[in-house]
Amino acid sequence: MSLGVTMTSLANKGRGWSWWYLLLLVQFVAVLWPPFYNRIEPYWIGLPFFYWYQLLWIIIGAAFTGIVYFATED
Amino acid sequence: MTEVNWTALIIFVALFAFITWLGFAAASWRRGDLDLLHEWGLGGRRFGTLITWFLVGGDLYTDYTFIAVPALAFGAGAVAFFAVPYTIVAYPIFFIVFPRIWYVCHKHQYITAADFVRGRFGNRWLALAVTITGIVATMPYIALQLVGLQVVIGALGISGTGFAADLPLIIAFVILAAFTYSSGLRAPASIAIVKDVLIYLTAFAAVIVIPIGGFGKIFAAVPAQKLLLATPGPNTTGAYSAYATLALGSALALFLYPHSITGILSASSGRAVRRNAALLPGYSFMLGLLALVGFFALAAGVAALPEYASGFKEFGNNFAVPALFLRSFPSWFVGIAFAAIGIGALVPAAIMSIAAANLYTRNIHREFINRNPTDKQEAQMAKWVSLIVKFGALVFIIFVPTQYAIYLQLLGGIWIIQTLPAVILGAYTRWFNDWALLVGWTVGIVVGTVMAAAVNLTPTYPLQLAGYTFPGYTALYTVILNIVVAIVLTPIFNAITAQQTRFDETAASDYYA
Repeated sequence: MSLGVTMTSLANKGRGWSWWYLLLLVQFVAVLWPPFYNRIEPYWIGLPFFYWYQLLWIIIGAAFTGIVYFATED
Repeated sequence: MTEVNWTALIIFVALFAFITWLGFAAASWRRGDLDLLHEWGLGGRRFGTLITWFLVGGDLYTDYTFIAVPALAFGAGAVAFFAVPYTIVAYPIFFIVFPRIWYVCHKHQYITAADFVRGRFGNRWLALAVTITGIVATMPYIALQLVGLQVVIGALGISGTGFAADLPLIIAFVILAAFTYSSGLRAPASIAIVKDVLIYLTAFAAVIVIPIGGFGKIFAAVPAQKLLLATPGPNTTGAYSAYATLALGSALALFLYPHSITGILSASSGRAVRRNAALLPGYSFMLGLLALVGFFALAAGVAALPEYASGFKEFGNNFAVPALFLRSFPSWFVGIAFAAIGIGALVPAAIMSIAAANLYTRNIHREFINRNPTDKQEAQMAKWVSLIVKFGALVFIIFVPTQYAIYLQLLGGIWIIQTLPAVILGAYTRWFNDWALLVGWTVGIVVGTVMAAAVNLTPTYPLQLAGYTFPGYTALYTVILNIVVAIVLTPIFNAITAQQTRFDETAASDYYA
């Protein structure tokens, strides 16, 4: 079963794969595993950890996307 | 809530008058021939990064979002916050996949996802499946936007019985229908700017003004079992898997909705699309704040206050945020906040109806009924369809209990995700056999509907494997099944049909700049 071209040859054809994209996976791991963050402590400005952790990852995730955008720009 | 809040109402109406004018004036913005479908239906593809940010943001963050997420936080607590990881993982998907879709659609003048599937796979039935799924999934979504508008109209104190009660909604609908007809996508694009500014203003004001005394006091008032996800019992992944799969499944489905695709395809460049993947999370932050507002409402005990009793009776938990605003803000700001929510209903409703119209016009009417329309006929057809679609949603909301719209919306989410293999995987590879994809889609739709019915139309299904239970979002489970079916059937169908050359009018280089 041939799933088309390999990753390296995709990279040679203009925009295709870039190792930078793996940075985007970090957000997935950080927020899709609730046991990591399903707790109240430590509080920050009165917000339980569960809430401020996820809000923080919005910002970090956007920053990572920005980094990947600039790193993979032509 | 039995008397009209005049200050708020005047400001509300003033803002509505403003956006009504704007919706009609938008026809001349970045002028184009609105008798061409891509001008009416995609704004001529002229929206740069900033306008795209307003449009897509206003499009994706709908009234259902602003009312339903805080309502869920108010009612069920922590689980409502799934909307946050949902948007966190949605944007990398957007960033990676959708520029490709933008480029190929731009190159081949595709206006809809079904156009793309038709061109990529050459199978009009697969394209029809994508089309029908898109239209059917969009309808309840439009109806639910009108619910948001109903809630704020009710909260302003406008009440009555029978026809009089529905009159404001009907007026708003007529305005919406009129400027969408005349200006197409330019109307919601221009109004989205106003909507988004008002929404940000309201969200920030809510988060700064209402928790005077600090967040600590607010969270102290939230009952313990609502504060965090319930720890799963033995032999089950419980709330943890439900939460994670709701987030991931919703993220995968989000961009498959026709209104998302329309918003994205109206951008002027692939680069504008990529940039927005980094910039749109601004809205996510605002969404996270709004979810917290649901907790503010809980802490403020608005459900127990007698002046809001009739509101809660009529609208249930959806009344939580309006009640909180009525309690916490001066009347003039209530007018602004409610206008934000009201206008916030019209923008996605407009885009959704345009997207559904684009789908019908291109992928049903032109494909199966009249193969050679003139440009003018095409645009005219789309204008009529968008009108019919909105009218249908209005009738639905007035005559059918809201709970049915919510059920249909849930099913719509399960259905729309079944187009993922054809649209998203299809943007990467032609490997799949088109008939295998169609069978996969069918399996996903049928199994998804049966699973949802089995749990009384709630979002998660308790999947049982080897003595363990994995409660998870039905949409995610069924799309995985869909993909597996397509993978298994592809080599089989290829062997049976012995296709030598496979239809694909796109080339590999069409998918990037």
